[in-house]
Amino acid sequence: MVFQYPMISVQACLDGILLGILFALIAYGMALQWGVMNIINIAQGDLVILGGYIAYFMYLYGIHPAWGVIVSPIIMYFVGIAIYKLVINKVVDRDLFISILATFGISILFMQLMNFAFGADVVLANSDYGTTMLFDSNVVLPNSKIFSAFISILFAICLVIYMKKSKLGRAIRATAQNARAAKILGVDTEKVYAATFGINAALCGVAGALISITFTIHPYMGLPYTIRSFMIVIVAGLGNLPGVAMSGMGLGVFEEFADYILGTEFRIGSVFLLLVLILVYRRFKLSRKREYLK
Amino acid sequence: MKINKIIISFISAAIILLSTSVVSFAKVVGDKIILGAAISLTGKYSSNGVHTQNGYNMAVDRINSMGGVKVGGKTYKFDIIYYDDESNPKRAAQLAERLISQDGVEFMLGPYSSGLTKAIAPVTEKYGVPMVEANGASRSLFTKGYKYLFAVLAPANLYLDVAIDLAVEKNNGKGVTVAMAFEQDAFSQDVRLGVLDAIKRTGSKKVIDDKLPKELNDMAATLVKVKQMKPDVLVVSGHTKGALTAIRQISEMKVDVPMLAMTHCDAAKLSKQHGKNSQYALCASQWHKTLTYKDDFFKDGMTYDADFTKEFGYAPPYQAAESSAALLVFKDAFERANSFDQKKVRDALAATNMQTFYGNIKFAPGGQNVDKPMVLFQVMCDDAGKCENKVVAPTKWASAKLIHPIPSWSKR
Repeated sequence: MVFQYPMISVQACLDGILLGILFALIAYGMALQWGVMNIINIAQGDLVILGGYIAYFMYLYGIHPAWGVIVSPIIMYFVGIAIYKLVINKVVDRDLFISILATFGISILFMQLMNFAFGADVVLANSDYGTTMLFDSNVVLPNSKIFSAFISILFAICLVIYMKKSKLGRAIRATAQNARAAKILGVDTEKVYAATFGINAALCGVAGALISITFTIHPYMGLPYTIRSFMIVIVAGLGNLPGVAMSGMGLGVFEEFADYILGTEFRIGSVFLLLVLILVYRRFKLSRKREYLK
Repeated sequence: MKINKIIISFISAAIILLSTSVVSFAKVVGDKIILGAAISLTGKYSSNGVHTQNGYNMAVDRINSMGGVKVGGKTYKFDIIYYDDESNPKRAAQLAERLISQDGVEFMLGPYSSGLTKAIAPVTEKYGVPMVEANGASRSLFTKGYKYLFAVLAPANLYLDVAIDLAVEKNNGKGVTVAMAFEQDAFSQDVRLGVLDAIKRTGSKKVIDDKLPKELNDMAATLVKVKQMKPDVLVVSGHTKGALTAIRQISEMKVDVPMLAMTHCDAAKLSKQHGKNSQYALCASQWHKTLTYKDDFFKDGMTYDADFTKEFGYAPPYQAAESSAALLVFKDAFERANSFDQKKVRDALAATNMQTFYGNIKFAPGGQNVDKPMVLFQVMCDDAGKCENKVVAPTKWASAKLIHPIPSWSKR
């Protein structure tokens, strides 16, 4: 089919890239706190969905959901700080396994609370952004997706600059490199951890608002986002922002093509297969390096 | 010492046994017939679970206030014990056990969704407890040879085959090309089987057959294929999220297709969430308020709609209507059996042949209702953007004429 209709390839690439950029934003938040705090946040997707509900409620009250891109991260930042103070600070220096359990618990709690508060209906916010037609309307791009990708890139750039230039950004990077050394040199690591978790939650808030505009939200839809961002981070490695962006887009495009070539039912399975292949390949490369060192 | 321990454990075992048997109450207490139901009040099915519960409660109140159930010359009233199954099949099966063996319930009402009904049916079957269910349409429920399961609704494979017939009819009896996108769950796959049957029967051709993932929120790839292949009919089934996602992306990607048929538009409140973008979509429904079926308790669909809206503050989706119908079936069966013997009630249920406001009810040996066709409605909007669901098929019940083919996006 891909060969029969060449425009499908263009469509698949563009769809994949736009989708990938959005996922990369969520993955970037995950990579950040994973790198700094050594915590794998299973509740990442649920934070995204919560951010989506904030935008959705603005929409319900007659405010354009695009404003959620600004309001949602602000609220989510404080939600993130609260989660850190209540739970995460007790597991931050512990084993990775304990943090996974703790965030898994938070994830379940969030799902049930959202279900309780917002109901189990699938909802979405309409942006009425219209559609861009390319190549004699053979390739269609919903403007909401373009908007999402644009906002994601904007936030990513802002964050990179913030990390490089600001005092807190430098403190976060120092803590990520060596928490003990940073502490000795006067960095308040506790504060850094809280801020990192807050920033991650804020990024999730942005992504959630964008998802409510482009897709649908539902209290139980968080886990796929967690898994997707986890995969992107695994492929890209920690502390590698261009890598995260590239692997996000790469996975997006790969997924779209898998859909056309193998069929929709293999779409997600093929991404997991790719993940396994990448991990095996990495291990193979590492073992070769080790042998060489021997 | 050892003997003491044994005696103590014996005594405590006896106390536990006694206390459970004392707590359990029989199916009929005084003038009350107690039914049991595990309902999804929390979890992912909670909205439809609540519709189901409201439907049950509405019927219980109505039947009780209109004279109750007459068995053996005495009048009884309905009462229901509810438990929350958390939308979890395992929990639902546990609760069914509990309702039957601890609470002593001898007659059950169904939960919400095919999956949960599938979990409960083996339990009720094991204990010989008659269950009338109103929200499990999966075909596999009716092919297992269950003797105590009765469903007031039409099975899932009949949901969308009407749409294929309609498309063929519009094509002067010639076969059509069909694009299909179905979620990978028991219900949607059953709907798919029905559509496949209809395709075969009418000499049509399937051109796309996508199976969407459970965490479905993006079907752009399917729609790109639809754009290129230009089928005559696009059929989508993936619960509420499938209906919402389809309409969002079809309108955003300006996908032109002569006929679009879906399930779950009712529950998705399609026209409310998407307004004019949902216009012309065909939706399969078990019930619609404008159907002219009648009974003594709710009169007809319009009256049911008005009464339900007055009581619960929202218009009844078909999930509520079919749940109310389940109680009418039970009442009818009790009165015909003139007994509370489970076997007699079961036989009376099997011989049911009645009309309710929801539709005719007559059970096949498998337990499914064979006397009530599905209806298709089409979302139609006026110039002000106010949308309404109007029945267009089967022709007998149609309140509006089908708009076909759907006007292209450039002309809307």
